[in-house]
Amino acid sequence: MVEPVLNVEGIHSFIGKHHILQGISFGIYPGQVVVLLGRNGAGKTTTLRTVMGLIHPSQGSIQFKGVSIRHLQPFEIARLGIGFVPEDRGLFNLLTVEENFKVAAIEEDEHTSRRLETIFDIFPDLKRFWKSKAGVLSGGQKQMLAIARPLINRNELLLIDEPSKGLAPIIIEHLIEAILRLKEHTMVILVEQNFYMASQLGTDFYLLDDGKTVHHGRMEELIRDDELKKRYLGISG
Amino acid sequence: MTFSTRSWLHKLIVIALFLSPILLISPKTYITLTISGLAMGMLLFLVASGFSLIFGFLSVLNLAHGALFAWGAYIGFTAFSFINKWTGWGGSDSVVLNIAIFFLSLLAAGLFVALLGILTERLVIRPVYGSHLFQIFITVGAMIVLEEMIRVVWGPDDEVMPVPLNFIGSWDIFDVVISKYPLIAIILGIIIYLTLYAILKKTKLGTVIRAGVENPEMVQIMGHNIYRYFTGVFAVGSALAAIGGGMWATFVKSINPGMGGEVIVFALIVAIIGGLGSMTGSVVGALMVGLSYNYVAYLIPKAALGITMLLLVVILLVRPTGLFEEGT
Repeated sequence: MVEPVLNVEGIHSFIGKHHILQGISFGIYPGQVVVLLGRNGAGKTTTLRTVMGLIHPSQGSIQFKGVSIRHLQPFEIARLGIGFVPEDRGLFNLLTVEENFKVAAIEEDEHTSRRLETIFDIFPDLKRFWKSKAGVLSGGQKQMLAIARPLINRNELLLIDEPSKGLAPIIIEHLIEAILRLKEHTMVILVEQNFYMASQLGTDFYLLDDGKTVHHGRMEELIRDDELKKRYLGISG
Repeated sequence: MTFSTRSWLHKLIVIALFLSPILLISPKTYITLTISGLAMGMLLFLVASGFSLIFGFLSVLNLAHGALFAWGAYIGFTAFSFINKWTGWGGSDSVVLNIAIFFLSLLAAGLFVALLGILTERLVIRPVYGSHLFQIFITVGAMIVLEEMIRVVWGPDDEVMPVPLNFIGSWDIFDVVISKYPLIAIILGIIIYLTLYAILKKTKLGTVIRAGVENPEMVQIMGHNIYRYFTGVFAVGSALAAIGGGMWATFVKSINPGMGGEVIVFALIVAIIGGLGSMTGSVVGALMVGLSYNYVAYLIPKAALGITMLLLVVILLVRPTGLFEEGT
């Protein structure tokens, strides 16, 4: 039986005194793109931050390739092969595109240049603006840099938080194409409010509500289930 | 008016302001004051750059920085006295031996205070990361303890700082009196600035530090042990304060346990003017403060500190974040 690469079981997390996650469970298997869906405040971002070690859960287990990462620091989790693209993109705006990759490259090996070629192939604009400061890039280019940066390492899993936020529809289309190509290189867990994007990219979904996992399944089931979409996402039709 | 034109106009105004004292004093005096101002600026840069780097990277307002500066001066004093007692290099006619004893004293000061900085960061500051209010309380507490430790070890009285023989006196070039030590301080300050600049701009370590100044959480997410960097940056910042302390003591030829308290005010002003977290900002801010202080101290002695404050107020009104961005 195939084991999930990342397995999250019943995690509880607090931000200050607020009990944000109250028993989130989900997993991702090889070849999947999992989308975490839910209304604002459902706990999607907190879930990703908890997996990444930026928030330590008070209960539950988080296992990556069978190893518990619940008590690890973010830099240790990153070194295990999990990349994270936060909601605000987390770019170093005063650094050039090249320098952003330099910081992202944990260990440069003989495959680094090959991975960089793949990145340029998927995101050609990054090659064009290689020596430009990240702060001068357009919104779409910034998002592409944010997503491409962790790929310089041999990451097996990429956590992406709201990649479509603040982007024009045409840019979102480019982003969808790019992330679809990423699937060949890494597994992706996506938090996304834009249902169109989520449905284009996701193979599986988990619905979160009030810090709990309330439903999960294949993405095509959700696309067909108008009642579920209306109840948890406020989408009609 | 375009942004670029305005930027040039600002630079021209600043240059004109710093040239304006020449209208009131003789060119020879102007040159002497300028060298003295540049030396003071470079010494302030050493203190302010460490302070600014620590604030930019760790987001810690380290008010104990002045005490680390004083420790640097005292360790430099002790190392110089000790080496000189055994070798006599400080009083030797040889320029090489004079330079050697001076550098060894600064090296001892830098290394010892770097270790002191590591202990301070690990034991005092690490538990209060993220809480600025507690950081202020705890670093003021650390400053008091470190100063009192100086009184316990070396006593409460002022000490005369020994100066290498060839660093004393001045050169007379075309009737312009140029003191030797300020010129040495300027050269050394430039070398340290260029070294730091090269490390920050050209190495991966420097790139990670600049990234950390902008977004420390993201640096961690990218697989770097941020706490190791925090300790390293704190040690380097402390060593810079110590080297500044040793050089400052040689400049003013005396040391006292409270000397850090006087300089930390200047360091804070310089760091705010230049932009907290900016190395280039620190050097520009320090030179502005050093030069304006010296010109005004000559023309209107009582207004010398006032001009520094005025400079701070003007910069805060025009550009509240300082002249340079973080990480530059």
